[in-house]
Amino acid sequence: MAFVTANWNPLGDAFYRKVELYEMGWSLKDGLRECLVAAAPYGGPIALLKEPQRRSPSARPQLEIYSSSGVTMASFVWKSGVVKQLGWTVCDDLLCIQEDGTILIYDLFGNFKRHFSMGNEVGQSQVLEAKVFHSPYGTGVAIVTGASRFTLATNIDDLKLRRLPEVPGLQGAPPCWAVLTQDRQSKVLVANGADIFILDNAVCTPVNPPGLSPQATSIVHMCVSFSYKYLALFTDSGHVWMGSTDLKVCLEFRRLMCRRPKSREPSVVIMWDRHLLVVGLFPYYFLPLPLRLVYRKLYPLAIEICRYLKTPEYQGVSRVLKHWACCKVQQKEEADENIARAISLKLGEAAGISYSEIATKAYECGRTELAIKLLEFEPRSGEQVPLLLKIKRSQLALSKAIESGDTDLVYTVVTYLKNEMNRGDFFMTLRNQPVALSLYRQFCKHQEQDTLKDLFNQDDDHQELGNFYVKASYQEKLEARIGLLQSAVDEYNKAKNEFAAKLTEEEMRLLRFQRRLEEEKGECLLGFSLHDTISTLLSLGLHKHAEQLYKEFRVPDKRYWWLKLTALAEKEDWEELEKFAKSKKSPIGYLPFVEVCVKRQNKYEAKKYVSKVTLDQKVKAHLSVGDLEGAADAAIERRNEGEIGAVLSRCSPATDRALVERLNRAKATAAKK
Amino acid sequence: MAAHLSYGRVNLNILREAARKELREFLDKCAGSKAIVWDEYLTGPFGLIAQYSLLKEHEVEKMFTLKGGRVPPADVKNIIFFVRPRLELMDIIAENVISEEKLPAPREAHILFVPRRSLLCEQRLKEQGVLNSFTNIDEYILDLIPYDGDLLSMESESAFRECYLENDQTSLFHTAKGLMTLQALYGTIPQIFGKGECARHVANMMLRMKREFAGSQNQILPVFDTLLLLDRNVDLLTPLATQLTYEGLIDEIYGITNGYVKLPPEKFAQKKPGEGGKDLPTEPKKLQLNSAEELYAEIRDKNFNAVGAALSKKAKIISAAFEERHNAKTVGEIKNFVSQLPHMQAARSSLANHTSVAELIKDITSAFEPFSLPLFHTSSYKNFKPISGDNLSSESFFDNLTVEQEFMTGVDTDKINTYIEDCIAQKDPLIKILRLVCMQSVCNNGLKQKVLDYYKREILQTYGYEHILTLNNLEKVGLLKPQTTTRNNYPTIRKTLKLWMEDANEQNPNDISYVYSGYAPLSVRLTQVLARPGWRSIEEVLKMLPGPHFEERQQLPSGLHKKRQQGENRTTLVFFLGGVTYAEIAALRFLSQMEDGGTEYIIATTKLINGTSWVKSLMDRPEAQIL
Repeated sequence: MAFVTANWNPLGDAFYRKVELYEMGWSLKDGLRECLVAAAPYGGPIALLKEPQRRSPSARPQLEIYSSSGVTMASFVWKSGVVKQLGWTVCDDLLCIQEDGTILIYDLFGNFKRHFSMGNEVGQSQVLEAKVFHSPYGTGVAIVTGASRFTLATNIDDLKLRRLPEVPGLQGAPPCWAVLTQDRQSKVLVANGADIFILDNAVCTPVNPPGLSPQATSIVHMCVSFSYKYLALFTDSGHVWMGSTDLKVCLEFRRLMCRRPKSREPSVVIMWDRHLLVVGLFPYYFLPLPLRLVYRKLYPLAIEICRYLKTPEYQGVSRVLKHWACCKVQQKEEADENIARAISLKLGEAAGISYSEIATKAYECGRTELAIKLLEFEPRSGEQVPLLLKIKRSQLALSKAIESGDTDLVYTVVTYLKNEMNRGDFFMTLRNQPVALSLYRQFCKHQEQDTLKDLFNQDDDHQELGNFYVKASYQEKLEARIGLLQSAVDEYNKAKNEFAAKLTEEEMRLLRFQRRLEEEKGECLLGFSLHDTISTLLSLGLHKHAEQLYKEFRVPDKRYWWLKLTALAEKEDWEELEKFAKSKKSPIGYLPFVEVCVKRQNKYEAKKYVSKVTLDQKVKAHLSVGDLEGAADAAIERRNEGEIGAVLSRCSPATDRALVERLNRAKATAAKK
Repeated sequence: MAAHLSYGRVNLNILREAARKELREFLDKCAGSKAIVWDEYLTGPFGLIAQYSLLKEHEVEKMFTLKGGRVPPADVKNIIFFVRPRLELMDIIAENVISEEKLPAPREAHILFVPRRSLLCEQRLKEQGVLNSFTNIDEYILDLIPYDGDLLSMESESAFRECYLENDQTSLFHTAKGLMTLQALYGTIPQIFGKGECARHVANMMLRMKREFAGSQNQILPVFDTLLLLDRNVDLLTPLATQLTYEGLIDEIYGITNGYVKLPPEKFAQKKPGEGGKDLPTEPKKLQLNSAEELYAEIRDKNFNAVGAALSKKAKIISAAFEERHNAKTVGEIKNFVSQLPHMQAARSSLANHTSVAELIKDITSAFEPFSLPLFHTSSYKNFKPISGDNLSSESFFDNLTVEQEFMTGVDTDKINTYIEDCIAQKDPLIKILRLVCMQSVCNNGLKQKVLDYYKREILQTYGYEHILTLNNLEKVGLLKPQTTTRNNYPTIRKTLKLWMEDANEQNPNDISYVYSGYAPLSVRLTQVLARPGWRSIEEVLKMLPGPHFEERQQLPSGLHKKRQQGENRTTLVFFLGGVTYAEIAALRFLSQMEDGGTEYIIATTKLINGTSWVKSLMDRPEAQIL
């Protein structure tokens, strides 16, 4: 056996060795010369674009995708625009960034997925350089344009383009730059000569890495570690600076014994390897191993690994199965029935399976019927409904939305139906779905009053139509108001609600009366209730008019007496009050007369009515006007223990001694009884 | 700060902490300084989750109220709209955002929907052309807010109206979601009981949502044994009655909002010697009411007639404690006394506050004290005030109570009531009238057409014809109705469930009926019977009440089945769909504390209500144009 440490090489105070696991299976004639190359992390695929500068139709670049061991997975002629940069997303999709700012996405088997643009500004000034980067928010792209401006998107799956601020003095592409993730934000670190700047969304801030030698006149290269925690800078003086990405800590600064490199500085890369060994960090946002296998269609292996790792079912096996199913629905030669059956058999009740995702895939592949079949297995209506709408099964979508109880979902379908159907069909659909109908009514009540009326009309709901007109009447001036009230009366009659019809007619009569009054007397009482109208008339001294309303509206006597009594007392029209009290026998008795006078601090007037008060209220009347003797007499006469007690409690032992004694005697007698 | 939430059987602080964590996470998503623009309705409930200090820690520098026009200037990087998902609010936000974008340096805009984002609202923002202006559109799932150690509310003001009048069950969906959140934190609730249509709907949604999560088994040991879902319309009577507990009366008279009450300041004036002529304060006195305050926790659920005695007992204890200083001789004793001073001073100021509150209430209610007589009460004469506006004088308070109790005991419920007539004639507050008329109707299982029409006509002529809409609403929800059958089943319900207890003991209660001085709230009786002997014993009555009653069981993973210790109480979550009153809460707390009760209750609801706020939510008041 050979010396075991023979193939370990020193690197500073650490050691490393190189083991060749396998040979690359590819045969590249010209090596990687004149190629754009991108390798996915964790042994992922490798993409090559040969001679990307070729533009003529007869000689186009060739795009090739290899597995990490060099097995060809895809190869095709590149027919789209000039590609400036290749890169892989965290889920092993290939990004091809074109000069015009368009980015095309392919899966690792070379199937086109979609494309998007980095915006007009990028399109006009063209892409000079681009970088693909990964962060907890997904895969991002940063671009520097011909106008020396940076545009950045942190997550290409939720595209929000940010144009970063201008870098002072920068012309053309910067000598070097890198993307950092700090404070939950993606930022660009850019060097221009000896100046270094950090660009965030709002500002361009100059920075001075601590310990960077003043000898350096320009930064020529920079590199960010895999974990985004460390940064390396290489200066034209041959120095390497290494530190934290927040540029607050310098870990190392030394001169390297190599000349200024033409291409990427190998020493810098090596230094990072060492730090990675030391730190040993894996960025947490990279995908777990089984998922990587899934993207490479190695399903059984992925399931085995999930089981071995004891990953919870819904996070592990279920996800693998979902990916399998998504792949299955793309098999064009198989019949819908067979696929649906195969999927339901294999997936069964596996935890957390999203059938709607699989159905979406099927629909995207043009297999609508299969999608509907698969959706039947979906337990979450919230997931079913949007897809059902997309595939134009709106009626089914509506019933599923209602089943879910999620009213927002119901509203969504209803709004969709409203735009899609003609009005008649739309109303008819709602009619069969009372839950949706009531929600739509709610919506109309706040947003579309006229539609609300149409809905009531369609249902011959005369009661609601009546209410509708009543409500509407308050928005109008007098004439129109009376008109609308008449419509309400008609509807109430149709609804056989005689009471509402009669009372609404009363309201119209009152409005007309108030209008006449305004014309004749110049008193504006419009909108007052009947009670307030009569009471105002009385306080104005318009007794005849008040009387007229009392008769015409058949106000009950008791209420009218209360009303008149209160109005006259408030006006302190004692003469009229007395006249009123004598006009006939009061239906409310005379205690209220006593009390209103007392309330107005007029005991003199109050006393006039005490004698008229019935016996059972007499004590109270006497007490109201402060007549203790009278109260005592009445209480004793009635032999009512409670009343006697009440009078007693008002007596002061000092001044009313005789009275107190009399009351106490009476109390004792009453108690014996 | 919210320690009182963790005192109870179930630590509701877990829920609050979860909500706070989520709020912090959202705030951090919007990096940099920020201003919050509030949907005004949300500020109260949010105050129970997070104070301003938490927001400040996360760079919230300004707060504004959402209104039309533009967001006021403030040197911040972000503007965050905290809103309920309502279309009318979307229009205001759009207006704000459009004017913001016209500025040379627009601030970044975000929306946080509470409790849930809504496709409908986003659609509206899209139509207004502003949907893409928002960097973050997110939702803050705040369904159930902890109000006290045993009380959760969604504070959804119009839940009852929406469910029973408008057939809009949005709040029930939120209820189901809220219950799922609760189960995620406190374990699956193995048993669900319910009564009423809404209860059935919520239970169905819960079971359905559980299927949606199939596979992700909840591994938390269940804290709740039972969930009881009750529709408010199963018991329309209770909220109409005037609450007679201390807390209930504070709510009836002054209204408690989000745990605070505003009171007339006069009685809280600090009297200091030599400052005789000092002006009285004019700002209302704001008090926070929850069990964190020891004295309040002690007296809140007592019948008001027992509060005076409790307060004077407390006063004696406190002054005795202060007297202790004379006995403190050694340095150690003095030190010990001083260390207790802050607590004693807090207790003294708490006592002073509640004595003032009790005096305020007494001025209005004193006539209902047991030693007073129906016709007379001295204080009612001393404080004889004009019968005006919203001011209840003690006499009218007592008369009102007498009529309520007559209705509840079934006296003359089929005739036109003279007291109601007189109140209308004197134009007492409309809501008072509506509460009484509705109560009569409920206690008579509907009114004769003639009686009903008479009341309605009186109301319309006195208060205005526009109230025809309100009356119509009350009929739709069943609070008012014409008698359809001659059979009135209320007496049967009353007798079977013992809703009226002649000898209610207000001082040392032995039955829940003390909370209404005789009337035992129907909803709480149903809860009580469910615990023992079970609903099977009252099948007949259950059939008379609206909606189905049901029982569901949720499977627990093996290993989570509780092994009950001998004498260990069960925990039941009672969820009132459509609102609950403080008196009902008091009754449930009474049951929890009963020695041999065997069950402790946690209460949840869509909204804390009283008869007034409840009836108000059912009113339609078209605003008249200037004629």
